[in-house]
Amino acid sequence: MIKFNEIKRAFLVSIWFMFLTFPIMVIRVNPVERIVEWRWKNMILVGIGSFLLSFVWNYLMKRKELGVKKTEAGEETGTIPLAQRILGEKRIYIPGLVAIGVFTMVFPLIFSMYQTTIMTTALIYVMLGLGLNIVVGLAGLLDLGYVAFYAVGAYAYALLNYHFGLGFWMALPIGGVLGAIFGILLGFPVLRLRGDYLAIVTLGFGEIIRIILENWNEFSFGPSGIANIPRPSLFGIDLSVHSSIIYIYYIMIALCLFTVFVVNRLQDSRIGRAWIALREDEVACEAMGIDKAKTKLTAFSLGATWASMAGVMFAAKTTFVNPASFTIWESIMILCIVVLGGMGSIIGVIAGALVLILTPEYLRAFSEYRMLAFGTMLVVMMIFRPGGFIPNVRRVYKFEGVKSADKS
Amino acid sequence: MDYFLELFLGGLTRGSIYALIALGYTMVYGIIGLINFAHGEIYMIGAFTALIVISVLTLMGMNTLAILVIAGVIAVIYSSAYGYTVEKIAYKPLRNAPRLSALISAIGMSLFLQNYVLLAQTSDFLPFPCLIPDFEFMEPYAHIIGSTEIVILITTAVVMVLLTIMIKFTKIGKAMRATSQDKTMAMLVGINVNRVISVTFIVGSATAAIGGVLIASHVGMINFYVGFIAGIKAFVAAVLGGIGSIPGAVLGSFILGWTESFATGYVSSDYEDVFAFLFLVLILIFRPAGILGRSEKYKI
Amino acid sequence: MEPVLKVQNLGMNFGGLRALDDLDLDVDKNEIVALIGPNGAGKTTFFNCITGIYPPTDGDVLIFTHGSDRPERINGIKPNRVTEKGLARTFQNIRLFPNMTVLENVMIGRHCRMHAGVLGAILRGKSTIKEEKKAVEDSYAILEKIGLAQFVDEFAKNLPYGAQRRLEIARAMATEPFLLLLDEPAAGMNPNETQELDELIKQIRDEEGISILLIEHDMKLVMSLSDRIFVVDYGKKIAQGTPEEVRNNPVVIKAYLGEEVDA
Ligand SMILES: Nc1ncnc2c1ncn2[C@@H]1O[C@H](COP(=O)(O)OP(=O)(O)O)[C@@H](O)[C@H]1O
Ligand SMILES: [Mg+2]
Repeated sequence: MIKFNEIKRAFLVSIWFMFLTFPIMVIRVNPVERIVEWRWKNMILVGIGSFLLSFVWNYLMKRKELGVKKTEAGEETGTIPLAQRILGEKRIYIPGLVAIGVFTMVFPLIFSMYQTTIMTTALIYVMLGLGLNIVVGLAGLLDLGYVAFYAVGAYAYALLNYHFGLGFWMALPIGGVLGAIFGILLGFPVLRLRGDYLAIVTLGFGEIIRIILENWNEFSFGPSGIANIPRPSLFGIDLSVHSSIIYIYYIMIALCLFTVFVVNRLQDSRIGRAWIALREDEVACEAMGIDKAKTKLTAFSLGATWASMAGVMFAAKTTFVNPASFTIWESIMILCIVVLGGMGSIIGVIAGALVLILTPEYLRAFSEYRMLAFGTMLVVMMIFRPGGFIPNVRRVYKFEGVKSADKS
Repeated sequence: MDYFLELFLGGLTRGSIYALIALGYTMVYGIIGLINFAHGEIYMIGAFTALIVISVLTLMGMNTLAILVIAGVIAVIYSSAYGYTVEKIAYKPLRNAPRLSALISAIGMSLFLQNYVLLAQTSDFLPFPCLIPDFEFMEPYAHIIGSTEIVILITTAVVMVLLTIMIKFTKIGKAMRATSQDKTMAMLVGINVNRVISVTFIVGSATAAIGGVLIASHVGMINFYVGFIAGIKAFVAAVLGGIGSIPGAVLGSFILGWTESFATGYVSSDYEDVFAFLFLVLILIFRPAGILGRSEKYKI
Repeated sequence: MEPVLKVQNLGMNFGGLRALDDLDLDVDKNEIVALIGPNGAGKTTFFNCITGIYPPTDGDVLIFTHGSDRPERINGIKPNRVTEKGLARTFQNIRLFPNMTVLENVMIGRHCRMHAGVLGAILRGKSTIKEEKKAVEDSYAILEKIGLAQFVDEFAKNLPYGAQRRLEIARAMATEPFLLLLDEPAAGMNPNETQELDELIKQIRDEEGISILLIEHDMKLVMSLSDRIFVVDYGKKIAQGTPEEVRNNPVVIKAYLGEEVDA
């Protein structure tokens, strides 16, 4: 039953929000033509919307508090997330995996070029998300300038090709290495900083790189960027536009699989454990003999390597780069992918990237509200589901591991 | 010499504006240890609200001085209301959560508010009327400093003095200082910490709104994005001065204002924003506690 | 007597506060030494200075590794280097990795004795697999020794309080120290748990040959365990000696006025 108190509260909330949004939502001014437009309808919408949302909010808050109490009382919550249960069940997940695998392999053959291109974009974000996941999800370092490394890769390919005629397959590893170098160069001074300063400084670095790209015409050709970047060649043969779109799609699939493989191995290793421990408690981590600076730098530069390789891919796919592709919003979008999916969770990040990139593509009406939705999502997820929708299903070291190893 | 003086005063004006915004960052950080990413947006909303009020009142044919005062007051009220609400929604539920969570929530709030204004209003730059008349007695110096700048400097000075009095001498000011020292202790001695935090957000947002109205009428145009860059620069100023320290925020703002003014005046204006960021990076590396900040060693 | 740790004239300032003042202390091999003093005396700060968390303002911290009598000065080196050199500690306010399992917590302790890097982790060659397997086994062995084997797959945050304190000890042991620094290990334990802790600490010294320096308020435990006791107040050493000597020292009794000193 909804109590009278709650209704009263929701009512007050809705009055408050109608007041709060009044000037911005209701009045629209055009100072040039001296027109003022009154949109009273919006006020009613805000009133009703906030009235209803107030109940949802209260309900979620109550549930959250209940959860906290349970864990405090030492009770196991007992509800394993659905995703985790599915993954634990071999009968479900092996056929599922096969189905997904077949689908991805035949995707470009059954769908149009347009769809394939969109999917390729989504895959680039999968890669970016997995890379940032190392930095934010595993090591707990909030990097808001991640896009800078993406730009490094894209411009590395564009410029190397422009000046020296280097092809994609040469540029990919070079881009990766350059990314790592940039990661170390930028990371070295800033990684000593506390978490929140790190966020702002990386944001600053990201913007510096973008502004330099915009203004240093001799080097980067300014805002107009660099065009005519070749698509990848197949054994030295240049492909038609059509076949190279398909080809790029498969390259992206391969790169994503490679990324998953690497991240998966890293997180179950000595290094991965150190990252997670660092995220949990820096002081204790250092006191246990872990070199904080080195461990952070490893995470940071590995993340940068991946972003940079994704950048090379991006340049090859669009055949054109300019600074407008590398704004801070790109960084925040990648952060959204990681947060939505679940920090530290590989499957979560993949799902997050696909949902966040594909939804606005297919729901055109929604794409206008995309950034608004992302902002809301970041807040709501942090409050109600900080682990993301598919929380980390990281293998925990169970002792059975050794017993079975003994038998073999 | 005149050029130098012009740049000097220009830097001072810039610095004043940064100071008005930086105060909010520093006060919030001092109390709850969070970088309030959405603070720049609060400032932007203040400016937008003022613009809307001004447009409506102008159509009604009111006289400019009355418009200026009314618009300023309404902007302050609305920014404070937004600041208060943002804290209640996005930060309060996360007070005991890991720092990273609160920070991500703050970024989300910033993104939300920007796009809220973008969608409800427009993405275009809107002209912001200059409401401050050219004072006659300023005539001889007009080539060095304008009337608007004088008003900005005086307003900033007044706000600083009022704020200092509030924090030093009033009861709520004392409660704020106590809370920033030790939240648990403050609670034990009977301070209503939630109220202190709300007041901090309200005061910080109000000064930001004043800054918003002043800079908008100085620059002459606004859009939904002005809060973000200004916010980051004000944050740089706060860090430079020593985050958590109010005199530090003011000092840092002036230093940043002058640096930008001279650098763009003598070097190049293309890289205006780069200076602020480079500054930030250098301070944080070489003097993370800022000029007036105390280096904190957390107890173990 | 063969020393393992020698601290001379150690001083630490926090702004105007002199938290440690001209402190001398030494620990010999196979010895259990206690550091006691009222709250705020500077005991934890002393640990922090030795383990590199704060660089001391003045004085020397010397360690003697592998029975060499040439001391090594470790002032101001980073905490992880201190641990690598063989000093491991626990924290007064428990600092486990709450969302990692008990086994993983101990494996973090093994980190500095392992070698696999990024490439090793990705390629997962024979040596990496062997190293990982050995880390799991070693960690499990330590847990058995400390009596936490039944919790092995539990998340650290779900452990009972006493077990969390023991896990901190296990994690420190995993770094293969020659000197173990325990900061109020019995705080919050019931008499039963304290009794078990008493036995555990003796066992660590006797079976592992690890020297122990501990901070503790439980006088019964201190008197039963320690070979020697150092007493500090306001950052200064006010007494030292065997439990017997310290117990009867009028200066100590005065510093503890109102607190129980009987064994
Ligand atoms: N990081 C720090 N900054 C400032 N003062 C500190 C810090 N750490 C400890 N102190 C001060 O040093 C003194 C000794 O503290 P501590 O070593 O924790 O005492 P004990 O462990 O003996 O109870 C106390 O007055 C405490 O407030
Ligand atoms: Mg202590």
